Amino acid sequence: MFDTALTANDFLFLAKGAGMTIFVTVIAVFFGTVLGIIFGVIRYQIGPVWAAPITFVLDIFRSIPLLIQLVLAYAFLGTVLRLGLSGLTVACIVLTLYTSAYCAEIVRGGIEAVPLTLRRASRSLGMTWGQDMRNIVMPLATRVALPSWIGLALGVMKDSALVYVVQVTELLKSTQILITRLQEPLLLLMICGAFYFLISFPVARFGGYLEKRWSND
Amino acid sequence: MIEIENVRKSFGALEVLKGIDLTVSKGEVLTVIGGSGSGKSTLLTCINGLEPIQAGKITVDGIEVHAKSTDLNKLRQKIGIVFQQWNAFPHLTVKENVMLAPRKVLKQSKAEAEAMAVKQLTHVGLGDKVDVYPGRLSGGQQQRMAIARALAMSPDYMLFDEVTSALDPQLVGEVLDTLRLLASEGMTMICVTHEMKFAREVSDRVAFFHQGVMAEIAPPAELFGDPKDPNLQQFLAATH
Repeated sequence: MFDTALTANDFLFLAKGAGMTIFVTVIAVFFGTVLGIIFGVIRYQIGPVWAAPITFVLDIFRSIPLLIQLVLAYAFLGTVLRLGLSGLTVACIVLTLYTSAYCAEIVRGGIEAVPLTLRRASRSLGMTWGQDMRNIVMPLATRVALPSWIGLALGVMKDSALVYVVQVTELLKSTQILITRLQEPLLLLMICGAFYFLISFPVARFGGYLEKRWSND
Repeated sequence: MIEIENVRKSFGALEVLKGIDLTVSKGEVLTVIGGSGSGKSTLLTCINGLEPIQAGKITVDGIEVHAKSTDLNKLRQKIGIVFQQWNAFPHLTVKENVMLAPRKVLKQSKAEAEAMAVKQLTHVGLGDKVDVYPGRLSGGQQQRMAIARALAMSPDYMLFDEVTSALDPQLVGEVLDTLRLLASEGMTMICVTHEMKFAREVSDRVAFFHQGVMAEIAPPAELFGDPKDPNLQQFLAATH
């Protein structure tokens, strides 16, 4: 069963695909989280009625399949607006917005989990809104939100496989290309899966480590 | 001096304070008693501007609390408040809980804030708990920590909002002892409480609130010894 046509070069080709997956994921999760925090705080702060337009837009990103978003964004930005963006740029933009939509919900939930009485206590000590946010709300909300956020990051990593539709050759696409050429789907998919695992596992473990460290009682 | 003039406060259609007039001078210990829903706790949250008022005026050392131009964050440094729920910041150690506001608000150095925290925590009898997380403390200890946290800001006034109500009975004593200690040191205090014995012992004056109105105010001997308001008479009969 180890009789394979897979060469070191092919393996490198897969590794490059994995690199692309990591790149797209890191960009999307980083900027998506920054945007998500901004949207989440705004939504919480101005209340559900005023936040309705933001909520509506975020809901669109959450409810339309990513594949469709990618194709439509690529067509719209490229063909209609003629911005001449590369597939990779479109992929990063769409994935970032997609991530931010989910992240905003996680952030809002985290903030809501911080008891109002704690915030009253900090404000009555003379702390400003910003000081309360930074020193009380953020650390406590982070603890609540972390497991969901890790889940989101891992989910985005796997969803990023869909960016092949805008001509980005990431891990899964690379695997498919090799499968077409070598006709060894089982072996290649196993290697591909192993790559995904190698990327996810440290992230999941890091999350577990943080959770443990933060559970002081 | 805290001056409260004809203060009215509503939550929606419900008027909880119906024109309160009250003056608390420096060094005075005022306790406020009354049934639940009498508006006594609401008054405290109005004094430090956590709640807006609909009419009237509250001034602290001449600064009008609810004026638009008032910097509430600055005013609150003068007015410490401790709530029924002690509201320990669970992600910070006892010492860090106390150090946080002095460092962030008063911009004290770490050493300065730490010295103050240890001093205040020792003062309330928690000198040996400075480095543990609040989750490891009993309710009474957490409440004393909350008192130390407020004291670390060197406030001129302390407001206590039923600070023993959420405690197990055997823990009430240690917190009341802390309040007695503060009173004996000349701190200006307004204590909303259900502890009649405590009110009788430490107060300069006791105010009785009933349905949003201050029905009677007098020195404890007089208020408990010869209550004039019929609602107060009923209240005292029921609590004895």
